[in-house]
Amino acid sequence: MIKENRRWVNIGFQLGAIILALGFTTLVLVLSGAPPFDAYYQIILGSFGSLLNISSVLAAWVPLLLATSGLLFTFAAGLWNIGVEGQIILGGIFTTGLLKLLQGSTLPPALIIILAILAGALGGALWASLAGILKTYGGVNEIFGGLGLNFVATALTLWLIFGPWKRPGIGSMSGTIPFPESLWLPRFADLRVSPWALLITIGGIIIVILVLQGTHFGLRLKAVGKNMRAAYLIGISANQHLMLAFILNGIFAGLAGAMQVTAVYHRLIPAISSGYGYLGLLIAMLINYRAIWAAPIALFYAALNIGSIQLPIVLKLDSSLSGVLQGALVLFVLMMEGVRQRLVGGD
Amino acid sequence: MDFNTIITGLAGVIVSAGPLVFAAVGETFAERSGVINLSLNGTIILTAMSGFVVALSTNNLLLGALFGMLVGGLSALIIAFASITLKQSQVAVGFVLTLMNASLAYFLGNPYVGVNGPSLGSWDIPVLSQIPVLGPLLFRADVLTYLSYLFIIFAWIWLYKTRSGLILQGIGERPAAAFVRGANVNRMRYIYTVLGGLFAGLAGAAYSLNVKSGWMGTISGLDGFGWIALAITIFGGWNPLRAAFGAYLFALLQWLGLVLQPAMPGVPSQVLQVAPFPLMILTLLLVNIGDTEWVKRMLAGLPAPSRRVASRVLRSLSAKPPAGIGQTFEQE
Repeated sequence: MIKENRRWVNIGFQLGAIILALGFTTLVLVLSGAPPFDAYYQIILGSFGSLLNISSVLAAWVPLLLATSGLLFTFAAGLWNIGVEGQIILGGIFTTGLLKLLQGSTLPPALIIILAILAGALGGALWASLAGILKTYGGVNEIFGGLGLNFVATALTLWLIFGPWKRPGIGSMSGTIPFPESLWLPRFADLRVSPWALLITIGGIIIVILVLQGTHFGLRLKAVGKNMRAAYLIGISANQHLMLAFILNGIFAGLAGAMQVTAVYHRLIPAISSGYGYLGLLIAMLINYRAIWAAPIALFYAALNIGSIQLPIVLKLDSSLSGVLQGALVLFVLMMEGVRQRLVGGD
Repeated sequence: MDFNTIITGLAGVIVSAGPLVFAAVGETFAERSGVINLSLNGTIILTAMSGFVVALSTNNLLLGALFGMLVGGLSALIIAFASITLKQSQVAVGFVLTLMNASLAYFLGNPYVGVNGPSLGSWDIPVLSQIPVLGPLLFRADVLTYLSYLFIIFAWIWLYKTRSGLILQGIGERPAAAFVRGANVNRMRYIYTVLGGLFAGLAGAAYSLNVKSGWMGTISGLDGFGWIALAITIFGGWNPLRAAFGAYLFALLQWLGLVLQPAMPGVPSQVLQVAPFPLMILTLLLVNIGDTEWVKRMLAGLPAPSRRVASRVLRSLSAKPPAGIGQTFEQE
């Protein structure tokens, strides 16, 4: 009975947080002199107004959920893998590299695509293990190590686009030459999303849920995250588990980058990661690291991203409004959780 | 390149380091008290935008700078409230704010992108500006740059030569002990976090009103600035003088990147701009590696004379964070 009441109290506080976040975002809209309800309507229309728009949302959901899924491993181990952004980028670079290497070969295109996606996962894992080695053997906080590596990854992309992989003539911010259609991950006819990408993403989050909730490894990872010293005393090697968490996260982030190249852009572009790594961190915080909520919330965040593209076109507003709402939601949920703990006591 | 050009270039380095000095030395105070303001990157972007817009619409630079400070202080207050009073993770709240503040800046600043606005003029300090070499290097700048010199000196004196500074050191190292001796730990944390935020705000305003006048949206060159300020705080070992040195070193490297660009035509400018980041990782590695298990084990295995030399080198590099950093403190 008491437990049932608590549940409603929790939901009440979370609803309060959502209302506050919407209120704050509306205030920002009013401050900028924009019509708030028109803006929200445009976002909804832009994301769910047509089948084509829905397919764009799903295309954004793929890398966003893959990044979030990977982050659930590092968060379980108590790590703040801000470097996820760079790990997505390296996934994109490795995928592009392999496609470039094999595009003239006689191998069947399907095999080339599969190899390219695996290469992306490898790229992400390698970049993540770099952050992991810096953390475990160099004592460098993963936040700063990861951030530094993010900037390096961006520079590496730009160097490739304007240097070795530049278009004939002169390199351009629009990226490398697009790959022939035979090397694209097949899409639904006339839509922007690939069923294969959706399959990989859904399979990915199911694996994460199973590993974290149903395996001994998931349990050990959480033990390391909760209390590193205690885990060490019962015979769990902390460093080994931290490295594994980084590498698993890197594989997922690398897959996100691979999807950006094979299913969305079909080339390497300067902003190949599209900020999905940072957004994934927000989502993981918002769902309080519970894997089961990752898919729906990532879908909502993807819809905000895609829907807000309408704002500059229709209302001459900047599309970063989605970032305001996405941030405000997490901020107010965190704050309301603090208020709840103060008023009602711990859970 | 002749001598005078070099002096002018270096004087420019000192001016462009001003915002970094404000942000990193301010953050040094906040972290000394035990609170990390991870929102710096977004906050500086937001205060650069809002400081510029207020200066533009009131045609008053002072109001612009003050408004930037207000926004920075407010942002820090949210972190202080969420982490000290509501006991939420500082890292989580700071990271959310860094993204949200940047989005706010790009959204609200959209109509002002590329608009011409007021910027701070230079003002030579009488007498001092006539000193050979030092005059043109340090004293032919602007009011904000002079303020950054004063801030460094003031910060150092405050931290190491006053009673309040001594209490601040104690709060960071052993909050419980400081509390027993009568310090109101959480109130101090509020004050110093907001102080750091005010100077982060000044850093943003100093950038858009002085270093690179105006607001350019996502291409203002500010993304990454706050992260560098946070890294410099660590590099500085939570010492204002060392942090200021880090800020100047960083600005110098950026300038060298620009100057040396023509000598390396094959390297795009974007690559040189990130040169500081691998360097940041390397310095953090040098600063921290002495404390890792495997290095300690390896040192223990060395013969005594070389062990002494090696551990002395590592200790001189190392920078230990205040022990109480990032932790909540229960005042009962």
